[in-house]
Amino acid sequence: MSIGHALLGLLETGPRHGYDLKRVYDERFGQDRPLAYGQVYSTLSRLLRNGLVEESGFEVGGGPERKRYAITDAGVTDVSAWLITPENPQMYLQSALYTKVVLALMSGRDAEEVLDAQRAAHLRSMRELTSRKQGGDLADQLICDHALFHLEADLRWLELTAARLADLARQVTG
Amino acid sequence: MSATALDGDQPTTSDTLLSAMDLRKSFGHTTALDRAGITVARGEIVAIMGPSGSGKSTLLHCLAGLVTPDSGTVLFEGQDLADLSDRARSALRRGEFGFIFQFGQLVPELSCVENVALPLRLAGTRRRVAEARAREWLARLEVEQIADKRPGDVSGGQGQRVAVARALVTAPKVVFADEPTGALDSFSGEQVMRLLVDTAKQTGASLVLVTHEARVAAYSDREVVVRDGRTRQRAEVS
Repeated sequence: MSIGHALLGLLETGPRHGYDLKRVYDERFGQDRPLAYGQVYSTLSRLLRNGLVEESGFEVGGGPERKRYAITDAGVTDVSAWLITPENPQMYLQSALYTKVVLALMSGRDAEEVLDAQRAAHLRSMRELTSRKQGGDLADQLICDHALFHLEADLRWLELTAARLADLARQVTG
Repeated sequence: MSATALDGDQPTTSDTLLSAMDLRKSFGHTTALDRAGITVARGEIVAIMGPSGSGKSTLLHCLAGLVTPDSGTVLFEGQDLADLSDRARSALRRGEFGFIFQFGQLVPELSCVENVALPLRLAGTRRRVAEARAREWLARLEVEQIADKRPGDVSGGQGQRVAVARALVTAPKVVFADEPTGALDSFSGEQVMRLLVDTAKQTGASLVLVTHEARVAAYSDREVVVRDGRTRQRAEVS
């Protein structure tokens, strides 16, 4: 996730100061990983240095003065390009779980136990997400669904591997 | 609290509603269950998971008294199902058990409200009372608007909600659901699961849910995995 682009995208809706950006980001995208203040300000400094944002006056309120930032034309071009660039689909070719299964088989351990433990852990996470989804708004539901579909894909792999364990055992020990 | 270890599942306790021990069942030369065991506590939602042909539906059918195991024991509230006459077992199924299947299995000639009222009518409840209660259940499942339609005239998701209402209308102690969302798209399936789990929890009914879908199993309190007719010990890592 490119934090810089996400902040640029938020600035496209209007100038904001750093604290406000952090608040909106956390609300919409932060979920369990809110932004650190330091990260917001270091990212804004970088965007400023690259000419993608500019200072846009100060906001005077009850507290200290806050510097406001606005997106530049170059920033708009940059965020547009980012939005239409597909994210790299992850290939998942390096699987810790596959490694564990193979090593269990090679050492004569019960590889089904490895799969069972992982299934139980995945289902625990899926239960948490399902419960969170039921109590959440549409944003929560969509974010939880994204995670649930990924965990479900892992579980389908677990079942497939469980069904092929005997073949795999022959291959790795033969 | 006495506890008896079962093969493949939790120990039985005083809170156990339903339990099965050492179940074996073969169909011809095919072994469907091989020393399978399970316990279900009151109000608990248990998912029975496993690949196609693993024996999970046979386990459900044995628990529900629909299939008689070749050996092993099924206890409902401490009563061995094998000790009951066919008539007593049928009465138990009608009064204490609710059923939901993958394709609803609603009676096509009856309206949705008549389908939901059917278990009450079979138990001797008068039509007016049975249908009034059925309409309440359809409202609870958010499908009161289709009460007078025939099953063939409603969507798959609506039909499954009618099936859920029919399963719960008699206030059963346990509902058996075999792939209840298997024929639905994921959005309709989620709605059915949410309503099924919510209503089961509200009424205190236990739910035994056969599914091969992890997203459906995620609505349960606990899963039991069946593979090659055997229930797997859960490998818990703290």
